[in-house]
Amino acid sequence: MLVTNDFLIESINKMKVDYISGAEAVIKALVENHVEVIFGYPGGAVLPLYDALFENKKIKHILVRHEQAAVHAAEGYARSTGKVGCVLVTSGPGATNAITGLTDALMDSIPIICLSGQVPTHLIGTDAFQEADTTGISRPCTKHNYLVKDPNKLCEIIHKSFEIASSGRPGPVLIDLPKDIQLSNVKYENKKNKINNINKNISSYVDQNLINKVARLLLEAERPIIYGGGGVVNSGPEASKLLTELVNILDCPVTLTLMGLGCVPNSNKRFLGMLGMHGTYEANLAMHNCDVMLNVGARFDDRVTGRLNAFAPNSKKVHIDVDKSSINKVVHVDYGIVGDCKNILSALVQEVKKLHNQKSMKTKTKWWSQINEWKDKDSLGFKQIGQNIKPQQAIKSLYEKTKSFDTYITTEVGQHQMWAAQYFGFSKPNHWMTSGGLGTMGYGLPSSVGVQIAHPKSLVIDISGEASFLMNMQELSTIVQYKLPVKIFILNNEWMGMVRQWQELNHGSRYSESYTSSLPDFVKLAESFGISGLRVDNVNNLDTTIDDMINIKGPVIADIRVEKEENCFPMIPSGAAHNEMILSSHDNHKDTSSEGLALV
Amino acid sequence: MSVYQKNEVEEVETSRTLSLVVDNQPGTLARVIGLFSGRGYNIESLTVTEIDKLRSLSRISLVTRGTSMTIEQIKSQLLRIVPVHIVRDLTLEGPFIKSELALVKLVVKGANRVEALRIAETFRARTLDVTLTSFVFELTGKPSKLDAFIDLMRSLGDTEISRTGVSAISRGHKTETKLLDQI
Ligand SMILES: Cc1ncc(C[n+]2csc(CCOP(=O)(O)OP(=O)(O)O)c2C)c(N)n1
Ligand SMILES: [Mg+2]
Repeated sequence: MLVTNDFLIESINKMKVDYISGAEAVIKALVENHVEVIFGYPGGAVLPLYDALFENKKIKHILVRHEQAAVHAAEGYARSTGKVGCVLVTSGPGATNAITGLTDALMDSIPIICLSGQVPTHLIGTDAFQEADTTGISRPCTKHNYLVKDPNKLCEIIHKSFEIASSGRPGPVLIDLPKDIQLSNVKYENKKNKINNINKNISSYVDQNLINKVARLLLEAERPIIYGGGGVVNSGPEASKLLTELVNILDCPVTLTLMGLGCVPNSNKRFLGMLGMHGTYEANLAMHNCDVMLNVGARFDDRVTGRLNAFAPNSKKVHIDVDKSSINKVVHVDYGIVGDCKNILSALVQEVKKLHNQKSMKTKTKWWSQINEWKDKDSLGFKQIGQNIKPQQAIKSLYEKTKSFDTYITTEVGQHQMWAAQYFGFSKPNHWMTSGGLGTMGYGLPSSVGVQIAHPKSLVIDISGEASFLMNMQELSTIVQYKLPVKIFILNNEWMGMVRQWQELNHGSRYSESYTSSLPDFVKLAESFGISGLRVDNVNNLDTTIDDMINIKGPVIADIRVEKEENCFPMIPSGAAHNEMILSSHDNHKDTSSEGLALV
Repeated sequence: MSVYQKNEVEEVETSRTLSLVVDNQPGTLARVIGLFSGRGYNIESLTVTEIDKLRSLSRISLVTRGTSMTIEQIKSQLLRIVPVHIVRDLTLEGPFIKSELALVKLVVKGANRVEALRIAETFRARTLDVTLTSFVFELTGKPSKLDAFIDLMRSLGDTEISRTGVSAISRGHKTETKLLDQI
């Protein structure tokens, strides 16, 4: 009798071990995929998941104050660590609020897993309370998405989603989880070793023949330029090292896109600064006049190329990208190499070294003296006169004061973002988080939450504009709850500065709706959250204010009152080419072309 | 596509027939169609049906139009879609067969009835339904043949047309079996 009883208990225990709730399986699968932090916001359709999280000690949940912020925080986390960022939102409004974040992650190729609750499967399609067609809405803004209808597929789908999000060209994956699936019994399945057939566009095979041709091309070039982008960052720190090595061996000028800043240290004398619409004069002219261009992990974005029919007109172009569809999408190239930047760069560096020993490289003295002439224009020069703080000066001082720390910068979108890119120096990849492709105002503050969670000891600064700050300032509450010492450095010009600048240049200074009126008192706002607020409007006090900001232990809002009508230069006006840059407001420039006016 | 002008001479657009093997999952077709509408590509014809129950795979036959640069874009964009496994460009690969089925209802009286039947016979169309005032014909073949037949029927009376869209396959002994086994 006793024996049978034991047997019974044992088999009941076994059942308990084998079968867990769908929600528990989800959390277990997250743990198996090395998730340590999840950014989320609860609601009716995800209560079983929150219940499973309550019991769990391995995953830390960060309660944001808006679902868009959850995704941006996960993006900041992902970009500063190279790991997958994880998000949990409820059905209906929770999911729709996350859409901007998902689109942002898709545009900037950030690996994100977004779990969304859904009404139970039998209610799908009935316009049930808080039902939204989440997979339908998120389809164009995810790399892939799933609606889980069969509990037996739950584990497999989650494991596969991590693979999809992080491999190839990374991106967001959404998993829609109906509430009945979360409550169902499932047998947990471990991740399989190999998941096939996700990135069919990519092979790990390196075409040595092609590498040889490209290496020769680079060695024989008289006026080469290397242009690196976010793909180098995504490929891991090793790729950045290899890129720098290649630049050094070839003695080749290098420029980086907004997304690529940090891949080559700003201290490298061959680094010409950022290129593109607000890039340096020397970077853009070197692009325009090069004879060989090597694009590594960038995508010929319209912010970078300017008018396409005048883009680097006399050059042979090589493009390395993990995504085949990026090659020949907008710019026709002579050699396209599909593959992970690290693998390709490593093969290329080897080949260049090998060939370099055999034959002498073309001297680049003439090219460098030409570039130095362009540098002499000092396109980022500005004059700090009077007591008003020039926004450029504010960033420059911030950089000087923080460069000895392990500093992570996030930004919002606007002039301040461009000034940050121009005047802050980045010495390492993964230390610069900005919304490039989508240009999402309100990205920086929540992103800084994610970065600070990942790097609790580091100095994390959100370089912000007053208008952008207002877009996600509810996250101050998150910052306070988790005691995150984030520094919010607001370049307060009382304008949607970038909009004002375009209205000045393209719309006859008719400043329609671009003034940020009724601003809060940022110092009092900080105090109302129990954190420190600082204000400075005199350049003589700028440095001490920055010192104070750094020295205060907790979070700080620094209201930096800057010159209100400063414009961001240099600039390639829309519809213009690299060699048609304007360097200042006084520059005689043609009126923007009618095609240019239609561009964003 | 970028709003800027292209820096090379725009070449001619041609019609291309693509053949895709995809997972038979909800959402796959939506992703394929969304790609075309979202990026402004043309779809001239699209058919989709399951071809492998066991592995739950469907075939999408797709006719599109564009310059060769656009077609290359379309193909690599299609391959980015996770449940799209195989993208073949039949036009580029070599000889292939394109076939379509049409059901044509014709409302017709008097002498034209004989004419309709005679044309149907010439085209080897089958008569599926007859009433005293109407016919339903079924015709398979190249889209151009179907077009010609339908034009003739229209001149004989009121018509109603239902077409399946193009289904396509390459000529010769080569199959996809090996590719499919890798999925
Ligand atoms: C969500 C969103 N809405 C609108 C825009 C368009 N936009 C781009 S920059 C900008 C103004 C930003 O103002 P602010 O944050 O004060 O930055 P500033 O340019 O003044 O430095 C606007 C409205 C945007 N990028 N994102
Ligand atoms: Mg502003």
